[in-house]
Amino acid sequence: MIRLEKRPTPSRWWTAATPVLAVLLTMVAGGILFAALGKDPVAAIRIIFWDPLFSAQYASYSRPQLLVKSGPLILIAVGLSFGFRANIWNIGAEGQYIMGALAGAAVALAFHPMEARWLIFPLMVMAGALGGWAWAMIPAILKARFRTNEILVSLLLVYVAERFLAAMALGRMRNPDGGGFPGSRSISGYPSASNPELIAGTGMHWGVVAAFIAVIFAYVLLHRHMMGFHVRLLGQAPRAARFAGVVPGRLIILCMGLAGLLAGLAGMFEVAGPAGRISIDFGSGYGFTAIIVAFLGRLHPIGILLAGLLLGLTYIGGELAQLTLGLPAAAIQAFQGMLLFFLLGLDFLSNYRIRLNRAEAA
Amino acid sequence: MDLSSINPAVLAASLMVAATPIMLAGIGELISEKSGVLNLGVEGMMITGAVSGFAVAVMTGNPALGFIAAVFAGMALALVFGVITQVLLANHVATGLALTLFGLGLSALIGQGYVGVNPPRTAKLEIPLLADIPVLGRALFGHDLIVYLSILLIAAVWAFLKFTRAGLILRAVGENHDAAHALGYRVVRVRLMAIAFGGACAGLGGAYLSLVRVPQWTEGMTAGAGWIALALVVFAAWRPWRLLVGAYLFGGIVVLQLNLQAADVRIPVHYLAMSPYLITILVLVIISSDRSRAALNAPGSLNRTFHAAQ
Amino acid sequence: MKRRALLSGAALALGLAGAAHADDPTKVGFVYVGPVGDYGWTATHDAARLEVEEHFGDAVETSYVESVAEGADAERVMTQMALQGHDLIFATSFGFGPDANNVAAQFPDVKFEHATGYQQDHENLSLYNARFYEGRAVIGHIAGHMTETNTIGYIASYPIPEVIHGINSAYIHAREVNPDVRFRVIWLFSWFDPSQEADAANALIEQGADVLMQHTDSSAPISIAQDAGIYAFGQASDMSEFGPDAHLTAILDIWAPYYIERVQAVMDGTWEPQDIWHGFAEGMVELSPLNDAIPEDVRASAMELREAIASGEYHPFTGPLNRQDGTPIVGEGEVISDADLLAMDYYVEGITAELPD
Repeated sequence: MIRLEKRPTPSRWWTAATPVLAVLLTMVAGGILFAALGKDPVAAIRIIFWDPLFSAQYASYSRPQLLVKSGPLILIAVGLSFGFRANIWNIGAEGQYIMGALAGAAVALAFHPMEARWLIFPLMVMAGALGGWAWAMIPAILKARFRTNEILVSLLLVYVAERFLAAMALGRMRNPDGGGFPGSRSISGYPSASNPELIAGTGMHWGVVAAFIAVIFAYVLLHRHMMGFHVRLLGQAPRAARFAGVVPGRLIILCMGLAGLLAGLAGMFEVAGPAGRISIDFGSGYGFTAIIVAFLGRLHPIGILLAGLLLGLTYIGGELAQLTLGLPAAAIQAFQGMLLFFLLGLDFLSNYRIRLNRAEAA
Repeated sequence: MDLSSINPAVLAASLMVAATPIMLAGIGELISEKSGVLNLGVEGMMITGAVSGFAVAVMTGNPALGFIAAVFAGMALALVFGVITQVLLANHVATGLALTLFGLGLSALIGQGYVGVNPPRTAKLEIPLLADIPVLGRALFGHDLIVYLSILLIAAVWAFLKFTRAGLILRAVGENHDAAHALGYRVVRVRLMAIAFGGACAGLGGAYLSLVRVPQWTEGMTAGAGWIALALVVFAAWRPWRLLVGAYLFGGIVVLQLNLQAADVRIPVHYLAMSPYLITILVLVIISSDRSRAALNAPGSLNRTFHAAQ
Repeated sequence: MKRRALLSGAALALGLAGAAHADDPTKVGFVYVGPVGDYGWTATHDAARLEVEEHFGDAVETSYVESVAEGADAERVMTQMALQGHDLIFATSFGFGPDANNVAAQFPDVKFEHATGYQQDHENLSLYNARFYEGRAVIGHIAGHMTETNTIGYIASYPIPEVIHGINSAYIHAREVNPDVRFRVIWLFSWFDPSQEADAANALIEQGADVLMQHTDSSAPISIAQDAGIYAFGQASDMSEFGPDAHLTAILDIWAPYYIERVQAVMDGTWEPQDIWHGFAEGMVELSPLNDAIPEDVRASAMELREAIASGEYHPFTGPLNRQDGTPIVGEGEVISDADLLAMDYYVEGITAELPD
């Protein structure tokens, strides 16, 4: 029988090798899928993984776009990773992202058309962070106070946030000059509130900057700070954590709050920048995709950075493949699903050793 | 405002139809969660069931075969999740989300040739005598087989969890997998079976959408029903009969909302649509604030990876 | 809009490269908001794309990206298209408006066509829209004749002017032939949700509706109408497949002639920005074959109405018309302006339902 044996410490070699192996396996499986659809598999794989980065024709545009697409994923995932390490399961980042965007947009719309960037933009940043944080506090407080399952409450609050977004896009935030169509007026086009590209042609906007800062901050916090130690301890050995003076309730509030805050910021930067306005389908699933990013990055800040960029690449490459090869969007979705399966499924190799033995089965 | 024009019997009848897909997906997820596995891929399994059931029903001209195919399709997809989470020990939440993504893509690919096709109709099964009872007859006894099957399934799951040894093992595995393992139960095998059952039910629920409730195939047609099913399980506090009530309540709010609009009653649609989720959160808070009852319901090992040698 | 500055450099470089060969095929890109398999809005545009390919053969090359979210994704997709050397880009959803304008600013040599929008900031962007309300006038006329319960059910998506004036247009012409007619409206707050559309159809039938109209994309209501033995009208495409008995006719969205004309204009170098709103007259709105269940005289009067609208002799919103609360919209013999139609946020007199907020 084949048996898995836990390694005392994760294998460094496999930690580096599994993502590569997973991507290669996805290329093979995806290639078969594309060939079955009558498309050239080699060309498809090249367009998805290579062209956005290195093609002479579009890389100068798609490389910066990669940052635009990955920025919010990374920012949200970094926030989530703290909670996940401590076994605190906030899966409602999508809702926190939406509420952050709504709060940020509300500030911008309230001041419109006054021009005072020094006042409005910072206020929006604060409102965005606060909006996401407050929405995350609901499951956090319920968990800390009543031991209510935070997975379920945070998930349920996503649906509530989505409905609230629709109500706002059709109601109070509807653009009065928009011909009655749903959606707010342009926030990215309002100079005091917009979140523009900071250096032309780089894709860097404040949200991407925030994502990079979050990665560094998380790295320091996790490895050099007491809180990082407490987080890891609570996740690995809850009882020992208590002896070490960790107050679980306080850590829950802290971790969930941090995740909500970053998700709210991501939403606010998105609505003021790339998305540009509140619309009914503003919540495009970044909050859920970020959960996958967090795990693909093994909850490590640098890993999350890489995982976010990889997933962003499949989105942008996927669009290119639709455009140049006529691949259906569904094929790209299935392809991304396979990539995630392989990445998640192979991850065990870094933590476990495969042993062959005849006697007992696990 | 003209409330008198709403006929309660018909409302009840359409409510039962509206509730059936989420009830089926919900009861499957309930078993899965009772074994300690949170599978967020319900939406993906449902839509794969919807398209597979539809395709087979159209090909064979027989809706029954379609439903059977949907069961197997849902199960197959669930087992992908099962292998990755149980054998390869990946995180449940992330894998479940990936499953939804994969299912949505796969179903659209399978369904490419079936857009704009009219499926064979599923016969209604009017229960003799009972269907002729004035009000109740129309409300309760004029449905197709799947509606009754879904209720029977609820009863069966209830009895299984309450009275059978296998049900006890399932709950033990979900409650504390290490203890269950120490007692000699095969945690992984039990969970794989529970996951497969969850997939089968989700597939059936999806096929009910594409073959009965709508009936047609279009990409993305489940439109979030799988996510509602997840909320429903929580609302039900992992109890089968409460899941039945919850499904009728969730389905009922949708149907009632539409009926109120049709009867010219002005209602805040968005805020009403939020209400099932807010109620569910409230229910969750109430059951979890009571320590003794909470322990009886929420599976203790939910969303925790099990490895025998840990 | 600083972040787009570099793009103009890229666009410039590409513009030089693109102008080189006159015999290269004209590249036409389509951005879709939904999947091509939605059997509704996006499917009609994709059908037109295929007709463009068929019409021009090797002289054009088309490509599309489906299920594109408005905002950053739409902007990126259009930019990629422009970078790939597309000469003409159709942005086929209202929500793509700001994005199409942004990209148009960066690629002055690429032509953009935006459907159903209002924002036109650049010389290389056109707007096009269809007067679906003309079709709705005719189906309202037919429905007024066909209903026996005097109740018509209407499944609506979002309370926006296009949908609201569609309801009004149908109602005015149903009431004209049947003063007792009553409209029951359900707002789904979704363009596409088959199961809710089916439930809404059932709810309307329960309220006595024996004719259904819809301004949502799925054909679910047609299937329900067929099973219930009542009538319904298809949306966007001929949906008679789903209910051969129920399906009275459908308002068809015919984009192909317009697309072919605009592609030709790009080829000839005669493309000019415009803002058009076409109806029966130009063939952008059409009716699918009428069901045999419609009596001969109704058929004739419906066709008469269609001809009158097509020839411009009659406008569906001709006064006297009052709002629901009795305030006048247009007086006797007057015709409503396009601007008023495009901003309509009220029901006409006689509709008993209330608009949602």
